[in-house]
Amino acid sequence: MTGTRQALLTGLGAGAALLALAGCELAPKSSRQTGYRGTGLAQVSNTHHKLPDDSIPPEPYPLGPDTGPRAREQYANLQVLGDLSADEFNRLMMSITSWVAPQQGCTYCHDPENLASDKPYTKRVARRMIQMTRAINGQWASHVKQTGVTCYTCHRGENVPLQTWTMAPAGGLGTVRGNRHGQNSPDPNVGYAALPFDPFNSYLKGKTDEIRVASSHVFPSGAPERGIKDAEGSYGLMMHISSALGVNCTFCHNSQSFRSWNESTPQRALAFYGIRMVRDINADYIGPLAPIFPPARLGPAGDARKVNCATCHQGKNKPLGGFNMLKDNPALGPRRAPPIAAAAPVPALAAPARGAATGR
Amino acid sequence: MAYYQNIFTQVQLRGAPEAGIPLPRGDDPRIGTPFFSYWMGKFGGAQIGSLYLGKLGLASLMCGFLAFEIIGLNMFASVNWDPVQFVRQLPWLALEPPGPQWGFKVYPPLAEGGWWIIAGFFMTASLLLWWARTYRRARALGLGTHVAWAFASAIFLCLSLGIIRPALMGSWSEAVPFGIFPHLDWTAAFSIRYGNLFYNPFHCLSIAFLYGSTLLFAMHGATILAVGRYGGEREIEQITDRGTASERAALFWRWTMGFNATMESVHRWAWWFAVLTTLSGGIGILLTGTVVDNWYLWAVDHHYAPSYPDTGVLDPSNPGVPK
Repeated sequence: MTGTRQALLTGLGAGAALLALAGCELAPKSSRQTGYRGTGLAQVSNTHHKLPDDSIPPEPYPLGPDTGPRAREQYANLQVLGDLSADEFNRLMMSITSWVAPQQGCTYCHDPENLASDKPYTKRVARRMIQMTRAINGQWASHVKQTGVTCYTCHRGENVPLQTWTMAPAGGLGTVRGNRHGQNSPDPNVGYAALPFDPFNSYLKGKTDEIRVASSHVFPSGAPERGIKDAEGSYGLMMHISSALGVNCTFCHNSQSFRSWNESTPQRALAFYGIRMVRDINADYIGPLAPIFPPARLGPAGDARKVNCATCHQGKNKPLGGFNMLKDNPALGPRRAPPIAAAAPVPALAAPARGAATGR
Repeated sequence: MAYYQNIFTQVQLRGAPEAGIPLPRGDDPRIGTPFFSYWMGKFGGAQIGSLYLGKLGLASLMCGFLAFEIIGLNMFASVNWDPVQFVRQLPWLALEPPGPQWGFKVYPPLAEGGWWIIAGFFMTASLLLWWARTYRRARALGLGTHVAWAFASAIFLCLSLGIIRPALMGSWSEAVPFGIFPHLDWTAAFSIRYGNLFYNPFHCLSIAFLYGSTLLFAMHGATILAVGRYGGEREIEQITDRGTASERAALFWRWTMGFNATMESVHRWAWWFAVLTTLSGGIGILLTGTVVDNWYLWAVDHHYAPSYPDTGVLDPSNPGVPK
C-alpha cells in the first residue's frame, strides 16, 4: 500500500469517526453515586458546563418590625395585602417591581393616575399571583419545603416567566398531511425524543391523565389495562421533568423498577407533590385568568401561559440553587394568623402543611 | 512484504464466470451477464451475477417496495410534503399503528392507522415470499433448508411484535410503529409498561443467545483465519476429511479450554444460537401482557430479582402517608 493511499484512507477514517461522534460530548464528566451500589443510582454532570449562579435581586431595605399602621389604612382597594404593615407593603411593592417589571416599573401594573384602580389587567393578574404564591408556600410545603417560592422564582425579572406552555392548536386530524399523531417530532419538551411532545396538556392541567402505567400485579387482571401508548405519554412527561431539573431518571427512580416506591429516592415523593402542585396552579390560578389576558399573552388555542416544572426549576434540581428568598419576604408566606375581617377572596390560606419542617 | 495468501481475501480468481447448475423445469431464467469486480472481491466473491429472481423474488420485492413506499409517503406527508424537513426529521418520523380506540378493528381509517395495517400486510407478505424463495432456492441447489428455517425464526419474532401479540391483546396500539427513533422509544415504553423486560426470562435467554452468537462467530471466524495458512479455509471439506488446519484448530481449543467443537458442530452451535435468539425473544414478547403483566413483580415472586435495601419512601397517594 502506498503512502498516499494510506494517508487518504486514514483521513477518510478520521473524517468518518468525527462525523459519527459529532453528537458526543467530549467534556469531562463527574459522577456522583446517590443510591445503593450496583443499582446505577448516580448523577452524571458535565464539569465544563455548570449552570451559572442565579443573580438574586438585593432586598430594597431590611425588613423592620411588624408594627405601625396597616397598609389598608393608608391605601385603597387592598384586597389581599391589607393586613401587612404599610412599611412591609411598600417594601413588597418595590421587590415585586424588581422581580417582575424592572424595566417598566410601577406602572406596569398600576394606573399612574390612580394606583388603586383595578383597570390594568396586570394588576388583577398580580393580585391573583400573590394569592397563588401564598397558597404554594402554605399548601404545597410538601413540594417547596421551607425554601418556598416568591415571584422571582419564576419571573426572574421578566413580565412573563420565560418557560411556560400553552395548548397546541388542534389540527391534523383525519388526514395524514401534517399529522404527527402528537409525537415523532424533534421537540425539546421531551428531550428531542420521538415521544408524545405535549405532556403538559395531558398531565399538567387540572383534570389529567393518570401517569402511572406499570402494573401493580403480576398477572393481567382482566380489567382494561394501561397500554404502551400510555407509557409513551408518561415517558414524555418524565423527559420534561428530567430536562427541567437537569437530572437523569435515577434522581428519583431505581431503574430496576420505575414503579416501586420503596426502591425510589425521596426526591420522587417531592416530584409527586410538585406535579400535583403544578396541576393546582394551572387549574385554580393561571388557567382561569385567560379571559382577562390580552390576546398577545395567550397561546394559539386561546389559553393562558401555564406553568410546568421548568418554569421554576430552569435546569436546576433546586430553583435558584435552593436560595431562600421567602425568609426576607414573609408577606408571601403562609399567613401567620387568619386576616381579620378579610373582605377579599383569600383562598384557602388556612392550613400550613403538616410536617413540612422536616425538610429534606 | 511477502505474506501467505489464501482464498478468502487475497486471491481473486478469474476465469469463465460460474453459472451454477441447470435450473429445474418451470424456473425462470437467471438475470444478467456475470462480471468481475475487483473491489467486491475485497469483501467477498469477485463475481457479480447472475441472479435468480423468479416469481417469488419478484412478488417479494414488489410487496417490500409497496410497504417501503407507504411508510415513506406517510412520513413525507406528516411534514407537509416538505423535502428538506423530510430529510432533517427523518429519524423522528413514523407511521404509527392504530390508537387504542380502534382495538383490533381490521379497517380503521387510513389516517388513524389504516396505512400502518396496509404497510404491515405488505411487509409481512414480502417477508413470507422471500422466505419461500430461500426455501425454494436451497431445494433447487440440492441443499438443506437451514437458511430458510433460521430466517423463519427471525420472521416469527417480527410477526410476534407486529400482529400475533397485538391480536392476543386485542389492540393494534400494542404494535410497533414504523420509524427509526419511534420504534426505539416504543421499545423503552414497552419495557416500562410491563415492569422491566429485563426480568422476562425469555428476554434473558434471547440476550444470552444473541451475545453467545457474537462470541461463537468471533471464535469460529478467528479460528479459521488463524489456520488459513494451513488451508483452513477449506473447512467444509475438512468436516469430512480432516487436514492439518482442522487438526490444529481443534488442538488450539482443546489446549485452551479442554474441549473443542468440530468443523461440523461449530456450525450447528452457531445456527442454534442465532435461531434461539429470535425464537426465545418472540416467546418472551408473546407472554408479555398476555400471561405476565409486570415482569419485575413476577421476578420478585420467583425470588429471581435481586433485592436492595428499602429506601423507606412511601407512595404518597396512599392514604395516611405523611407529607
